[in-house]
Amino acid sequence: MEVCGGQTHSIIKSGLDQLLPKEINLVHGPGCPVCVTPLELIDKAIALASRRDVIFTSFGDMLRVPGSSSDLFAVKAAGGDVRILYSPLDSLKIARENPDKTVVFFGIGFETTAPPNAMAVVQAQVQGINNFAMLVSHVTVPAAIIALMESPDVKVDGFLAAGHVCTVMGYWEYEPLAQKYKIPIVVTGFEPVDIVHGILKCVRQLEGDRYYVENAYARSVIREGNRPAQAVIQRVFELCDRPWRGIGVIPQSGYRLRPEFAEFDAELRFPEIQSIETKESDLCISGLVLQGRKKPHECMAFGKECTPQTPLGATMVSTEGACAAYYRYGRYADANRRIDGDKWLKNPI
Amino acid sequence: MAEKPNLIGWTCPRPLQNYPTIVLGHGSGGKMMADLIQHLFSPAFENDLLGQMNDSTTLDLTETFQSIPSNRLAFTTDSFVVSPLFFPGGNIGELAIFGTINDLAMSGAKPLFLSAGFILEEGLPMEMLGKIVNSMAVACKFGGVKIAAGDTKVVNRGHGDGLYINTSGIGVIPDGINISAKYARPGDVVLINGSVGDHGMAIMSVRSGLEFETAIKSDTAPLNGLVDSMLEVTHEIHCLRDATRGGLAAVLNELATASNVGIEFDEKAVPILPEVNAACEMLGLDPFYIANEGKFVVVMPEAKAEEVLFVMRKHPYGKDAAIIGKVVENHPGLVTARTSIGGMRVVDLPAGELLPRIC
Repeated sequence: MEVCGGQTHSIIKSGLDQLLPKEINLVHGPGCPVCVTPLELIDKAIALASRRDVIFTSFGDMLRVPGSSSDLFAVKAAGGDVRILYSPLDSLKIARENPDKTVVFFGIGFETTAPPNAMAVVQAQVQGINNFAMLVSHVTVPAAIIALMESPDVKVDGFLAAGHVCTVMGYWEYEPLAQKYKIPIVVTGFEPVDIVHGILKCVRQLEGDRYYVENAYARSVIREGNRPAQAVIQRVFELCDRPWRGIGVIPQSGYRLRPEFAEFDAELRFPEIQSIETKESDLCISGLVLQGRKKPHECMAFGKECTPQTPLGATMVSTEGACAAYYRYGRYADANRRIDGDKWLKNPI
Repeated sequence: MAEKPNLIGWTCPRPLQNYPTIVLGHGSGGKMMADLIQHLFSPAFENDLLGQMNDSTTLDLTETFQSIPSNRLAFTTDSFVVSPLFFPGGNIGELAIFGTINDLAMSGAKPLFLSAGFILEEGLPMEMLGKIVNSMAVACKFGGVKIAAGDTKVVNRGHGDGLYINTSGIGVIPDGINISAKYARPGDVVLINGSVGDHGMAIMSVRSGLEFETAIKSDTAPLNGLVDSMLEVTHEIHCLRDATRGGLAAVLNELATASNVGIEFDEKAVPILPEVNAACEMLGLDPFYIANEGKFVVVMPEAKAEEVLFVMRKHPYGKDAAIIGKVVENHPGLVTARTSIGGMRVVDLPAGELLPRIC
């Protein structure tokens, strides 16, 4: 299983999985931050972004993720001030320029985006920028691996750990997991050649009946990771139970703001959004896809009710989402071919 | 062909001293509007056609049809709303002229006349408007077209993004040229005149919230000269289409659908500047979906392709031209790519707005 959505994207985009021997089956993991952000949080984001006194800032691919009845693009079209950022620190600049509004940043992602998000909070406190808040939904990789390994339905033989997450966190956290679950974990990059390298190391461990953590992304990752980045995460966030979209609550799997930074917590700043509760779509099986139990094209709604234009679940939205990657790079064609022989060539969906 | 002129330091020849910015009165139809036309638009676009000063302009095509055997006109329109108005390698004015020239050239037409409609937002600095209008005038000379009609409206502050421009264009299609998105045939080859993604990434590098430092410049350019030189080699060019919004991927999909053929291209054969590739990687975008303003796709029979490629490469706007793929009978309507590591993938139309990825 490749953990990270960036790796899934690279695999499908390059067609790497088609070139591998049939004995190697790549299972797509839960590491797409957009995909695992719970619907409830999206609805909260939509509620905040709709307010006249809020400027809502977010990474780009969150805008198209459907909430229960709308998405952030629709809020923007209806007059909400929603802005796409690449760095959370830009929120502070916007906050300074708009003292009469509260700038709320959608702080999502894995450990990779946690340091810059934490830094934005630290800087807001240091600079006394009070009209800034963060809607936090951070999640962590090791907790997801534990949840998958504890699930009786998940049959993964090895993990390709996410190179970018390990650049920040190192890989020492994974060592006890490899031992406990007797499973190879290989820190892997994102280029097709990196992924092949990770697979090779994984297969060699399996063939030698060994299981430990190996680093196949040494040009970016060291065992200890980036200590200053970890320090800023520690300073701002603490571990908490977090619901994952399509999977459910995973204990100690997320970050929330520490009490010292409570003034920047959007859910405390706007307590009325705390009551928002949302139910997931019945049709969408993104939870199973995120756990690697189903491939996207095994979903009945795939390419029919659910497309990137009309996504039912977040895995069809982000370019890192397994369903979107399958759809975008034509795997709906494969799904059809299984059923209809070569007819797909003439009538692609 | 001449280099693009340097517009830095340009000042309005006779500045409107009282108003450093556009005010609502400039669209009122009264004296202020007349002043704006007299002092800004007329000197810049000066030509015999605008001099007619009528509600509509009379175009006499007698001489044109004497020199170009033809009985067909090409007609197109396009609106330009780019933000920011100035970006590395160009501005909205240049884009508005070249964009319409290129749309005409993609039918094999020789562009002749353009109209220019301006929607100005109250508060737009007069100096900025001056620079944009002047660069449009230079672009017209560069592309060999005349502004034959114009219009100006002013909207309240907050109702526009500084300035919107609409241009329409008319050109003549010489006899013997038949170019259409419907004419791609299995066996044809697919060419592109240079690197893809430059314009979109140049815009993105200066767009609010996403700024990054880069040397990427927009590729905005008039393509009619290059198309002319290709048509001198052969009239057997089946499709031409400029790869603007949606990039190369959208154009190939449109051609595949319109002609009901499949298209296969080789990712490695498509020229991409290293800095564009790096910026795309950083933002999580696919260069095949990024907009261009000086790039176009050619579909033509293989027999003459090398000869056309040779001519393209001699032209400044085609020096990196390459054959990137072929038209196939299989999978009509579908575009596939051979990936850099030898896999195959479907290259679909983009779903909507391109969104930078999170990490």
